Amino acid sequence: MVHGEAWTIKEFFTYPNEYIYWTIQIVMYPFMTGLVAGAFVLSSLYHVFGVKQLKDIARFSLVFSFALLPVAMLPLLMHLQQPLRGIEVMMTPHFTSAIAAFGIVFSTYGMIVASELWFVYRKHFVETALELRALPQPGAADRLRALLFSVLTLGAWDISHEALEADERAVKKLAAAGIPVACFLHGYAGFIFGSVKANALWMTPLMPVIFICSAVVSGIALCILTYILTMEIRKQLSLRRRLAHPEIPSMEELKSAEAHVVAMTSRYLLMFMVAAITLELLDLIFRGYTAVKSWDILRSVIYERDFVNIFVIQYGLGNLVPFFLFLIPGLTIRRATVGTVLVLLGVFMMRWNVVIGGQAFSSSFSGFMHYVLPIWPTSMETLKEGLVGALIVAIVPFCIFYVLNKVMPVFKKA
Amino acid sequence: MITRRSFCKKSLLIAGGLAVPLAALELFDPRKLLAEKDEKGPRWVFLVDTRKCVGCGFCVKGCKVENEVPYDANVTRTWVERYVVTKDGKTHIDSPKGARDGFPEKGIDIGHGKLEEIRDDDIEKAFFVPKLCNQCDNPPCVQVCPVGATYQTADGVVLIDRKWCIGCGYCIMGCPYGVRFFHPVYHVAEKCNFCYHRITKGMQTACVDSCAFGARRVGNLRDPEDPVTKVIMTERVNVLKEEYGTKPQVFYLGLSKEVK
Ligand code: SF4
Ligand code: SF4
Repeated sequence: MVHGEAWTIKEFFTYPNEYIYWTIQIVMYPFMTGLVAGAFVLSSLYHVFGVKQLKDIARFSLVFSFALLPVAMLPLLMHLQQPLRGIEVMMTPHFTSAIAAFGIVFSTYGMIVASELWFVYRKHFVETALELRALPQPGAADRLRALLFSVLTLGAWDISHEALEADERAVKKLAAAGIPVACFLHGYAGFIFGSVKANALWMTPLMPVIFICSAVVSGIALCILTYILTMEIRKQLSLRRRLAHPEIPSMEELKSAEAHVVAMTSRYLLMFMVAAITLELLDLIFRGYTAVKSWDILRSVIYERDFVNIFVIQYGLGNLVPFFLFLIPGLTIRRATVGTVLVLLGVFMMRWNVVIGGQAFSSSFSGFMHYVLPIWPTSMETLKEGLVGALIVAIVPFCIFYVLNKVMPVFKKA
Repeated sequence: MITRRSFCKKSLLIAGGLAVPLAALELFDPRKLLAEKDEKGPRWVFLVDTRKCVGCGFCVKGCKVENEVPYDANVTRTWVERYVVTKDGKTHIDSPKGARDGFPEKGIDIGHGKLEEIRDDDIEKAFFVPKLCNQCDNPPCVQVCPVGATYQTADGVVLIDRKWCIGCGYCIMGCPYGVRFFHPVYHVAEKCNFCYHRITKGMQTACVDSCAFGARRVGNLRDPEDPVTKVIMTERVNVLKEEYGTKPQVFYLGLSKEVK
């Protein structure tokens, strides 16, 4: 079977070779990089602009952004027909292609986040390493951990006041440098689509900007959501453990801290959401108003075939409903949870409507293609580019976050 | 002991050092090298006379066999489209299996295996249009390939390096003509290359050889004596989707406005 045939249904006239070639993994790719960029921008709001209220969530989102980073690459690899050759993008980048810059942007960004993390956690590394070394009878595991933390200090053991202040300055600089890079990382994912002149739906210079705004929205939403979830778990744990260790923060303390952080962060979420929707609507209105050759087919895709996906799920459920949920005064944790989940759904559907929607019509403008997401994998192809593959991509960052949290505890008070 | 300052310096140095070999690799642009070597060679172009095409599909058959595109796979390097314009102004188009077997059914294939029957009396006009890669002079497929696996030779033909293509599909998305697909056996990008292995040895393309009606011809635009060049220079020819700025090099005689 030809690649793409398994999930494409054609209607009316499409060119014989046309199939839906970019599938769920290409939806996941901008979605994941969006989360990376958004989480980083959120943490930078604290480090660079000194938004004090975001202090708690800033560390958290920085580590989370790092956990998401390797996963931004995963969907691309799963989508390649020749995944083993993926490294060629780094080896022989062909710079007229938007994808070619991926390796460079990606590794620059990775280095910035990694070094920022190092500066943030250096004190912790040093302290833990010294603590472990001082143990009277270290077991094998302790020795291994001591070694790990010693290596992580990279030989910089100085944690005097001045040294730590220098660390903070470095963090600030890195975070500042990181914002444009994070925006670039994601804006450029938008450019990959926006620059395809053969595709009537994709081609717009607004695409990178739209992508950045919705990326920040999704990143913040995910940070809030994961923050709430981890806080809930901590609440349960503290309930159980408080009997033995009274120094652990009490239930009430945790609760009020949580409500405060969530309320603060959701304000920024709203701001970016307004920007994103404005741009998207501008794009839509502009297309309708100028009504160039492709508008006929675009209209039938946007207003008829994909109506539910675009207007009901993306704009309705994903934007309008959470908008009101966050605006109604007295934000509760439960409402914030529902709101963020809906926002994430909305951003995911936006990616879907761009990537899949852009292939929903033939470039002959005379026919349509419908994408049937393979649910149950029957072959390697439908495994990689189906529901299962997408779920793998969605789950991995949480596993990485779990491991990272062991080394760089997100919730330890500095 | 490493200080923060030296740590920062060193990481910058390493990053810079990594970037240098990357930049060096970029210097070897195969297209540039080839272009420098050979400016006076041929520039291959194609001429399709739609008025002569009867929709038999022999060209599609010939191409599939010659270029080893699996015969039953629903992809093809070249294909033929049928246009039926009815009196109500509607255009009905189809190309069942790329017209590999011609058009065995009278009804128009509208997908899902359904046919739309059209009464003879309703037909205003009907014609066939063969399609193939336009070997664009400004090929977007080459522009977007992230690894340079798709490249343009000095004689104008756009080729794909099967050993280097990573199969990202960006070129398939970038081609406005829908001529590209993934090869079902090699799992890399695939498309018509004007039978490069044949034309460079002085032969005709497989489709030209299979066409009994002379609807397809291949020629060299840099040779003013070439009959194909003469037609292109002196007659009223047209190209497909000029608005994309791709500068297509497949010229059509008798192209109608309905053609997509
Ligand atoms: S027709 Fe398509 S595949 Fe052929 S050169 Fe032009 S853009 Fe590339
Ligand atoms: S599919 Fe192959 S030839 Fe096409 S853009 Fe990707 S790497 Fe290049």
